[in-house]
Amino acid sequence: MAFLHAVSTGKSATKSVLKSRSLTPYLLLAPGLIWLVTFFIIPIFSLGSTSTMVRPDGAQIGVYVQELRFANYVDAFIANQDQYIRSFVYAGLATILALLIAYPLAYAIAFKAGKYRNILLVLVIAPFFTSFLLRTIAWTQILADSGPVVSAIKVLPFVDELFRINNTSTAVVIGLAYNFLPFMTLPLYASLERIDPRTLEAAGDLYANGLTTFRKVTLPLSMPGLVAGTLLTFIPAAGDYVNAAILGNPGTKMIGNVIESRFFAVVDYPTAAALSFTLMATILILVTVYIRRSGTDELV
Amino acid sequence: MANNKVSQDTGDLKLDRVSKHYGDFCAVDDLSLIVPDGSFFALLGPSGCGKTTTLRMIAGLEEPSAGTISIGDTDITTQKSYRRNVNTVFQNYALFPHLTIFENIAFGLRRRGVKDVKSEVESALNLVEMAHLAERKPNQLSGGQQQRIAVARAIVNRPEVLLLDEPLGALDLKLRRQMQIELKRIQTEVGITFIHVTHDQEEAMTMADTIAVMNQGKIEQMGSATDLYEAPKTAFVANFLGQCNLIKGKITSRAGDKATVTAKGLTFEVPLSRVATSNDSVFLGVRPEKLRLDDTGVNSIKNCVVTDRSFVGTSTQYLVRAPWDLELVVFEQNDEGLHDLRVGDTVSLEWDPEHTFALDGAGDINAGADLDDEE
Repeated sequence: MAFLHAVSTGKSATKSVLKSRSLTPYLLLAPGLIWLVTFFIIPIFSLGSTSTMVRPDGAQIGVYVQELRFANYVDAFIANQDQYIRSFVYAGLATILALLIAYPLAYAIAFKAGKYRNILLVLVIAPFFTSFLLRTIAWTQILADSGPVVSAIKVLPFVDELFRINNTSTAVVIGLAYNFLPFMTLPLYASLERIDPRTLEAAGDLYANGLTTFRKVTLPLSMPGLVAGTLLTFIPAAGDYVNAAILGNPGTKMIGNVIESRFFAVVDYPTAAALSFTLMATILILVTVYIRRSGTDELV
Repeated sequence: MANNKVSQDTGDLKLDRVSKHYGDFCAVDDLSLIVPDGSFFALLGPSGCGKTTTLRMIAGLEEPSAGTISIGDTDITTQKSYRRNVNTVFQNYALFPHLTIFENIAFGLRRRGVKDVKSEVESALNLVEMAHLAERKPNQLSGGQQQRIAVARAIVNRPEVLLLDEPLGALDLKLRRQMQIELKRIQTEVGITFIHVTHDQEEAMTMADTIAVMNQGKIEQMGSATDLYEAPKTAFVANFLGQCNLIKGKITSRAGDKATVTAKGLTFEVPLSRVATSNDSVFLGVRPEKLRLDDTGVNSIKNCVVTDRSFVGTSTQYLVRAPWDLELVVFEQNDEGLHDLRVGDTVSLEWDPEHTFALDGAGDINAGADLDDEE
């Protein structure tokens, strides 16, 4: 939601510039613009140009020249399509899992928590006080073969003796869902909290039972938060490599892991750049379609 | 808007010894009330008097701590709000912001599976004269328009009782007057029982057939606007409805059909039928417009001094100090008999015994005064 707000503020800022011709708006925009140009626009162009480079025969490792070879994209995609598709599947599953956990949580905080509301909100953000990496490693303990979760599940009669979670795709999805849960919870909370409780009473007054009130009033009114939350979870999850690296196995590598190893291990900059670009473009398309389909482009 | 889906056991709404406690706080205290079917009933009182809590219990949004609520022969005390055939017009309308006006009004009909939603909604829209706004969203409407839609959304369901919770509170004065007439017209047209909660005594008097004045969780007095105004039974009602002059006195005799009251050495007469207490210590009351600036009547106070004067168009309002520590309000109609007094002039006041009433003098003489401006 935050970045969409930024876009609309940008628009209105441009309008007022045209009206007042004052320098103030430009000066206010300057720090942000300089930041964006230095750390976003220039790197994007640099990344774009790297993506079509070629390593000349016999050159040293890490030396590339520009040859506008767009076939780099095709090669990179074909070589890594499994990881590519897997990234979106994992990110999608993690988003659904996070939504299933975050919605009741946000609902409870917004409507039922009373005086504990602020404490609960702090608890939602509390994990950020510890390093992302450490928290992910902690999950290897929680999901360990002899750990509490697996032992508990093994008590069930039909569970195989070899059942495990660590180093499986399940662990990766759990890790992703866990790590991005606050990004799902907070926007959901923000939009649920804005709902006038009297509209919910009005629904009850107009013959809607609890479930119908949720379906017809609460859920539609929380759509802006739901869309923002799912985007804020899905986008970083699709590009994540930490969870797959720590909680997965070689068969659960995501596109982030490939990009990481291309850049730092293999020093194959063009492939890494091409994959990054493809990932970015795909996410952009998915997000656009998603926002259009959910009909919240006005609401957000 | 004929509707066969609705259960048709309409009847009087009855509250029998209903109480509502929040911890130690008693919002509604052993309240009994019968609202006749088809009437326009007002619950009037200052903020915090329990009127909204009473309304919410009828709506099913709060459960009474004790007592029963029934419509006709059906006990609805513990019935869920979505099962009650009672609809509410909420204070700030509580329209669904994500739905069009049409869908807002259709909401209740769709939940009940009514067949002909379109024509029902259209006739409701016509009733409130808002048919041209069907496709708008609530936030594109003005306060007055939203108010009408809120009424339409409730009334389209043909409830047995329509509850209105300070429905005009958010509107400006002119629009409020207009909506008062409008609501009265709608009520007459549809014939549904309206229960209107308000802190505005003028609003209650203009619209309702019967008014119940509430104070501290109890009903002080119930009756028509004229009854309450001309013959209040408590100091609270006398002060809360309009303005009132109350004089502390003592009943010295009850003979025939009249009582004699003395206060500060003066004697006043009041018909026994207008004495609301068996106590001898009383507040003698008279409304400002019943006072005359003359000294010929049975009840009169001489040697008063004008301390303030304000011209308000149809009348001139004087503040007059009696020979003892008491200020009386006098309204004098601006017609031929006008006295045109100045501040500092000495005058006499007189009024007829039949415009006098006597209230129990045990309570607070200022109860209910200056409360009606609060929200």
